[in-house]
Amino acid sequence: MRVYQFTEQPYPDAWKDHGGSLRVNLPNRKCDPKIAADLFHRYYDEWLLADELGLDIMLNEHHQTATCMSSTVIVGLSVLARQTKRARLLVLGYPIGHRQDPLRVAEELATIDVVSRGRLDMGFIKGVPYEFPCSNQNPVGVMDRFWEAHDFIVKAMTSHDQPFNWESEHFHYRQVNIWPRPWQQPHPPIWSTTGSKGNARVLGERGYVIATLGTGYNTRALYDVYREGYMSKGRPAPAADRFAYLGLVAVASNEREARERGERVASYLRAAAIVFPPFRNPPGFLSTADNARLMRGETPPRSYTKDRRVIDMRSASVQELIDAAILFCGTPAQVYDQIVDFCEYCGGMGNLLMMGHAGSMSHADTVENLTLFANEVFPRLKEYKQPSATATAA
Amino acid sequence: MTADPASSIVVNNIRVELIERGRGKPLLFLHPEIGIEPTSPVLDRLASRTRVLAPVHPGFGRSEQPKSFDTVDDLAYFYLDLLEQLDLRQIIVVGVSFGGWIAAEIAIKSGERLSHLVLANAIGIKVGDRETRDIVDIYAIPESEYVQLAYFNPEVGTHDYKTMPDAQVLAAARNREATARYAWSPYMHDPKLRGRLYRIDIPTLVLWGASDRIVSESYGRAYCAAITGARFELIERAGHFPHLEQPEIFATRVFSFVEETSQ
Repeated sequence: MRVYQFTEQPYPDAWKDHGGSLRVNLPNRKCDPKIAADLFHRYYDEWLLADELGLDIMLNEHHQTATCMSSTVIVGLSVLARQTKRARLLVLGYPIGHRQDPLRVAEELATIDVVSRGRLDMGFIKGVPYEFPCSNQNPVGVMDRFWEAHDFIVKAMTSHDQPFNWESEHFHYRQVNIWPRPWQQPHPPIWSTTGSKGNARVLGERGYVIATLGTGYNTRALYDVYREGYMSKGRPAPAADRFAYLGLVAVASNEREARERGERVASYLRAAAIVFPPFRNPPGFLSTADNARLMRGETPPRSYTKDRRVIDMRSASVQELIDAAILFCGTPAQVYDQIVDFCEYCGGMGNLLMMGHAGSMSHADTVENLTLFANEVFPRLKEYKQPSATATAA
Repeated sequence: MTADPASSIVVNNIRVELIERGRGKPLLFLHPEIGIEPTSPVLDRLASRTRVLAPVHPGFGRSEQPKSFDTVDDLAYFYLDLLEQLDLRQIIVVGVSFGGWIAAEIAIKSGERLSHLVLANAIGIKVGDRETRDIVDIYAIPESEYVQLAYFNPEVGTHDYKTMPDAQVLAAARNREATARYAWSPYMHDPKLRGRLYRIDIPTLVLWGASDRIVSESYGRAYCAAITGARFELIERAGHFPHLEQPEIFATRVFSFVEETSQ
């Protein structure tokens, strides 16, 4: 199993006084650039530590929010491509349906791949609902735009002998011929996130890595649809390395301290949901059928515990989050058992995207969390033999 | 709930709902972003003296959404095709808000089959400077605030989706999505439209619900000023959708204008 250390690079000072919205319309007056600088340097230092500890690294971007200061993931990738030695660098993700210019995306990512000497994983994502007022891309039809951007980026990364032309619905280019071309051939691995079965199948057909967040004991159904899509193209069952899961992690030498740390990591879930309501569901983000159900007040529960209790991850207790496999929390032995139990349930899950820092966790707190995990949980996970999907009942 | 359901028509392989009633001079009613129901009283008022054709725009209500349609231009050409297919001549075109935008885009392309144009609380042009929104960002306010701004009487725009038939809730969800498809950005307008309004050479009435706080009266007056010889009239006790809040007065104003400006 691979483990990617992830933080959203938050600006937690603003979380105290947000006036009901941490995203889109929270005035940037509340951001002190000097504090932001200290935070960025600290987060980069913690990723350098992850690199030394043998963990991989995941970065993301969001826009106009105190929950995540990384508004252009290329900056963090650039710093880490140069400063880290061995870690894989996963961007999850790059919201390519929002970008004006996928040629620029292809150039940036190819360059990161070269500077890091082939350590880039490219996660392309649709983006959360709150990104649309920021990018002003039309949420209606965004997946069409996403797939055209994807097709263009792959074409740009894999065309080496002569410039090509692109005149399509969303993008127009001439003489496309990126320099440098990517280190990894034919191109860096492609990942994506989804919470829908339709998209899970598409990702399976393409053989890309599927990642989910907060899906807990609903994850298996998505993975199984992915497996169907994967095998529908004449391949054998997908290995565990095709599956990724973002889990919050809090580990400590005793259970009491771990629970306290778990509260601090879970602060991410509480803060992430604080958004002025009109920005939560732009038209076209969900299907019209789903929107009709929402208008009727029917909101399908998203998170379940293993014994099928519904939880709301924005307000759930640490114990409930553990029960729902949203948070892996406890002593090293307990955390190992929780993660393995979840992998067994999934029928194999080979990439843990570990949120090992969140909210206002201090540097010392984070260092201890990462170090303990890397030294006492990770070695055992590397030895762990993943189940094969067919041998595990859903 | 609909005693008099819409039929449908196929234009250029696109099937749309079409509400048709009344006899006499033809009148094309182009509904706003919130769609139109066959039970809407304004249709009967207008049908008392004209042959009303009220299509549901592609992508709205139960009408098909062609994959290639994503601008109001597409809708304007669609309706020009519809007029040709039904061979309608000397037609009054009436549009409210988003429907007014479509009506204006039709009229700048060809007024050949049109006799009169009525734009009610129409959107579609850019008036203010680059940092001033002419039209409230309806995607950045809660529903409760929207009805306060859009209506003289907010109760008219308040719906209980829990008790509504499924098909009607789905139609409302489709209206919301279709509006964004056509009007997300540039937001609710076509930057070229204002400069092309000079091409309209048929009698034009700009009707304005006086209590509209989605789009201001001064915006309506700017619209009117860009069309040679156009007349501006306010409708009191109505907001952004005067055809809903004052259907009788709305129809009367249309009839009076047509009567006064017909040779």
